[in-house]
Amino acid sequence: MKKWALLASVLALGAMSSASQARDLTITSWGGSYQTAQQDIYFKPFSEKVGKPVLDESWDGGYGVLQAKVKAGAPNWDAVQVEAEELALGCDDGIFEMIDWDKMGGEDAFMPAAVSDCGVGTIVWSLALAYDGSKLSDGPKNWADFWDVKKFPGKRALRKGAKYTLEFALLADGVPADELYDVLSTPEGIDRAFAKLDELKPDLVWWESGAQPLQFLASGEVAMAASYNGRITSINKTEGKNFKIVWPGSIYAVDSWVILKDAENKELAQDFIAFASQPENMAKLPEYIAYGLTNKEASSMVPDEYKADVPTTPENLEEALSLNIDFWIDNSEALNQRFNAWLAQ
Amino acid sequence: MTARLGPHLKASALVLPLVLFLALFFVWPIIAMLKQSVSDPVVHNTLSQTSAIAAQWNGKAPVPAALQDALVADIRATTDRQEMGAVVRRLNSAKSGFRTLMRKTRRAIRKTDGPINLGEVDKRWNEVAWWHTIAQASSPYTDRYLLAALDYGRDKHNQIVALPEDASANRTILARTFVISLSVMLSCLAIGLPFAMVIASTSGWLRNVLLAAVLLPLWTSLLVRTTAWFIILQNNGLINSALQALGITDQPIPLIFERTGVIIAMTHVLLPFMVLPIYSVLLSMPGNLMQAASSLGAHPIVAFLKVMLPLSARGIASGSLLVFMSSIGYYITPALIGGPSDQMISSVIAFYATESANWGMAGALGLVLLSITLLLYVVYGRLSAEKKGVA
Repeated sequence: MKKWALLASVLALGAMSSASQARDLTITSWGGSYQTAQQDIYFKPFSEKVGKPVLDESWDGGYGVLQAKVKAGAPNWDAVQVEAEELALGCDDGIFEMIDWDKMGGEDAFMPAAVSDCGVGTIVWSLALAYDGSKLSDGPKNWADFWDVKKFPGKRALRKGAKYTLEFALLADGVPADELYDVLSTPEGIDRAFAKLDELKPDLVWWESGAQPLQFLASGEVAMAASYNGRITSINKTEGKNFKIVWPGSIYAVDSWVILKDAENKELAQDFIAFASQPENMAKLPEYIAYGLTNKEASSMVPDEYKADVPTTPENLEEALSLNIDFWIDNSEALNQRFNAWLAQ
Repeated sequence: MTARLGPHLKASALVLPLVLFLALFFVWPIIAMLKQSVSDPVVHNTLSQTSAIAAQWNGKAPVPAALQDALVADIRATTDRQEMGAVVRRLNSAKSGFRTLMRKTRRAIRKTDGPINLGEVDKRWNEVAWWHTIAQASSPYTDRYLLAALDYGRDKHNQIVALPEDASANRTILARTFVISLSVMLSCLAIGLPFAMVIASTSGWLRNVLLAAVLLPLWTSLLVRTTAWFIILQNNGLINSALQALGITDQPIPLIFERTGVIIAMTHVLLPFMVLPIYSVLLSMPGNLMQAASSLGAHPIVAFLKVMLPLSARGIASGSLLVFMSSIGYYITPALIGGPSDQMISSVIAFYATESANWGMAGALGLVLLSITLLLYVVYGRLSAEKKGVA
């Protein structure tokens, strides 16, 4: 009898302690050098300001991950940085909390692409062609060069998935940037993109996390890679590399902060997003990593020396194109299915 | 009577935690997965009026006005965004374009309380194909996920047809999964059996060192070991630079992003699961059996085949089974070291679960994998039982 009483009290104690122990604010971002920068300029200062610990985790994306967390109830993440497609899907599906735009300083303080009911844009980033300037002195100029294995021998790395890959294939096939999504919206256009990919298939390597293309380029495993622009600039700075970015044909998109539906610290998460969106805090980012800023005032505060590497600088934008979110939320599943089947053959 | 029941009760109370554990973490997830792969309730439950009318519709144009009105009424009645989200996800998964179509339609419906002409909201509603998709989704149970897991689908006449080869490659990937697992099993056996025999024949510190060589990797994280192999196998990695320095090859041998690399890395990771069962069986074998055989005039190879191999068969069988079953579910190693044609079925399951939130497809693929594995297990059970009978 005594034993049972003991067991019961242990169980009760356990239940009590887990109930009283609230989870700290948990923020999830993309890891790597980007998240290190965020820790310095957002997470730590915010934690000091509110006097509470802030936990941070990293993820590699995937709408299913967020949907499963919310569906299971009591998600263990509060604020998450998501890509534009995940923002649009989740906002439609109601898995994100609504943003209190008054807290964020009003919708007008941001560029239009950064404003949504469920998310606050935080960076503009590009997926661009990159190569090692110390190995290729006269490097590739566009995606057609990426496909030219005679002129530039060696393997190439692309981000695994249909998104971006099909766009790059069509650009390499000579489709003008302004007709790209019209072509991709037709069955013939999709066939054309896959046919172009067929040409390069034996020379392609696929990456899933943003650190991989840098690793491949550094080890000489690939001659060129599609990579996140910010990481290229960072590795040049921190490890003295001479990686080059080809801006024409790069595709840019906005990443946003969202709050998972019914997250435990949803109020604090709003405060955090507001903190991270303040111009004086956001303006510190380009010093660490070359992403464009969404807050107009923050953009204007960025010192000139960092502007050359940022996707939103007018010269870099000139021949770049914007990711078409509506196209991808409709076609993502079907095209990824086909992409996976194509990869497997 | 009670005196007899007592010990039984106590004994069952002792295994109760195990039974509960198995039920909670093994049986229940499998049942949930089974259910997930055949149930398709979202459209039936949320668009209930539409489903009822769609069931009676003959599928011919023009789309009945009652069906259109029912859809508007259903969308208006659904206030839970997550519920509607599940419907949209389900429909868009069957026909691309439902996302933007439903978004536009919901916005139009929210603006007014009056009747709505769907064809004016978006001209896609005038096409029968979109309504066919809704009609096909309106039954609470479906075989579409199980069919799609085996590269089949239903056409517009509801007949089962093979999906085009460039749209779905699950069978190819399943076959590849078994080929890779089998290769890994065989190479583990080729290395593990002699190694286990060497360990069993040694003693003292040498045996400890040899055992540590097997056990230490087992205690290292899978990810760390895989990354280490990445560094060793790459074009200017250890192996290739050594080969080139020795003048054996001029060009680096492609090991990374190739099947060879995947099998090497997986063999290393899974080797302990082959060595340890064989070793434990060999330990229980008297050490002088081989000597006895040779004293009776058997050639060492004959002695090995007639004495050692049959006696260690139990260890070999359980080791092979352990390695084979573990490799079937491998994900990280092929993803990091393999090329696109080395990806195994778990990466496809992961795609449906984490990327597209299509739990039905993930469940169906899991179910197919489970059934094939069970089938293999039964065949294996039969074969090993027959062997015992002969022996």
